[in-house]
Amino acid sequence: MGIWSCLGTSLDEVRASLYNGKSGIVFSQERKDAGFRSALVGNVPTANLKGILSRNERQPMPEEAQYAYLATKQALEQARIDEDFLIKHDVGIIYGNDSVAEATMTALDKFRNMKSTVACGSGAIFQSMNSTITMNLACLFHLRGINLTASAACASGSQSIGLATLLIRNGLQECVVCGGAEENNMYGIASFDGIQSFSVRENEPTKASRPFDRDRDGLVPSGGAATVIVESYEHAKRRGAPILAEVLGWGFSGNGDHISTPNVIGPSQSLKTCIRDADIDLRQIKYVNAHATSTRIGDQREAEAIFSIFGDYKVPVTSTKSQTGHEMWMAGASEVIYSMLMMKNGFIAGNINFENPDEASAKLNIIPETRETRIDMFLSNSFGFGGTNSTLIIKNV
Amino acid sequence: MEREKIVKRVNEILAEEYEVDQSVIEEDANIRDVLPIDSLSIVDLVALIQSEYKLTIPMTDLPKLKTFKDLYEYIYTNLPTDTTA
Repeated sequence: MGIWSCLGTSLDEVRASLYNGKSGIVFSQERKDAGFRSALVGNVPTANLKGILSRNERQPMPEEAQYAYLATKQALEQARIDEDFLIKHDVGIIYGNDSVAEATMTALDKFRNMKSTVACGSGAIFQSMNSTITMNLACLFHLRGINLTASAACASGSQSIGLATLLIRNGLQECVVCGGAEENNMYGIASFDGIQSFSVRENEPTKASRPFDRDRDGLVPSGGAATVIVESYEHAKRRGAPILAEVLGWGFSGNGDHISTPNVIGPSQSLKTCIRDADIDLRQIKYVNAHATSTRIGDQREAEAIFSIFGDYKVPVTSTKSQTGHEMWMAGASEVIYSMLMMKNGFIAGNINFENPDEASAKLNIIPETRETRIDMFLSNSFGFGGTNSTLIIKNV
Repeated sequence: MEREKIVKRVNEILAEEYEVDQSVIEEDANIRDVLPIDSLSIVDLVALIQSEYKLTIPMTDLPKLKTFKDLYEYIYTNLPTDTTA
């Protein structure tokens, strides 16, 4: 696993942030001055690859690909996969990404100002394609297997892990680099701010992201990258890899409904499919990492969906977005890592800022403060615009 | 524009863009030996000169520009008369 987020840039740092209930959210004067309705954002450290990659290697990499490179480097190191191994084996990559806004804007601004396509520069075409992360990482890490970008809005990172799991189960791949990345500049989400989706609790940045809380008023955008290495058990065993967990099940569904307003039936179906795919009793699930972004309707519909599946079994539920904000294309992968860190270290990170439930969240067992407990299995939800839903169940090893 | 000014400025922007020390840029040195230029990144040299001097180097002229001296002379000779850069 590898991570580059507003909670830290190493697994240890992120584990400590989760445990301590740290918020990664700050106020950005730059965004306010630029005309944002909400100038709150996840405080993601800049990725500086100068000195790590050559100038020509960095040219095709937008911000999100740089985050993804650093997260993937960490993940490969933890998985004990080196360059020699990558050259000799057909390792694939399926990575979630769903925007290249700043890169595209910058290149086209140069084109329009100069009235010349050359002005875009040599890296622009590669930076401004949605598959920029998979194309860059596949070249830099010598990945010779599947090379595919999963673009499924805020479920992209989760879908990438699900798709890799299917390829591995079918014997088509033995090892796949998976993850999700999100550009954290203001251009990527300016239009998202425009549809009034973000919290305006600007005087209290760390209290702004409050999934499931009665007084939430919108989400807080963030970004970065998260990478996990998914491989077959036999392959991992054969090469003596440190095996962290098993992907037991993947479920997905489409709402086939409104473009931004979720329903209950779609997410419920994703949960059902995942539980069926994992072939488990749902009481084996000891923790649910909810998608809940801190929007009124979204959280409510997910709470209803979780309740419709779990019923009387009061499984502990939190949304780590209370600490990170919404990491969007990255979230499905980063939240698997956050949940993994909890599972491997025996705690559930509290859903910070959960002070008062609403009617729907009152039916769930939402954990407001960090609790030390053993988790053997967790479920992670990721839902996105257009009604794309993805759910993963992961078991400790 | 004076040739010396062109030399100074071209060296500055090339050193910054291609991340080399200005001291390695010598008039008679081969551009492709000193700067990390390949079939893609040559585009950035053309874009830089275009942005700085409003001078577009046609791709067909690029093979003629072997040394830095060739580049300075090309700019000096073809510089639009109204440029103030």
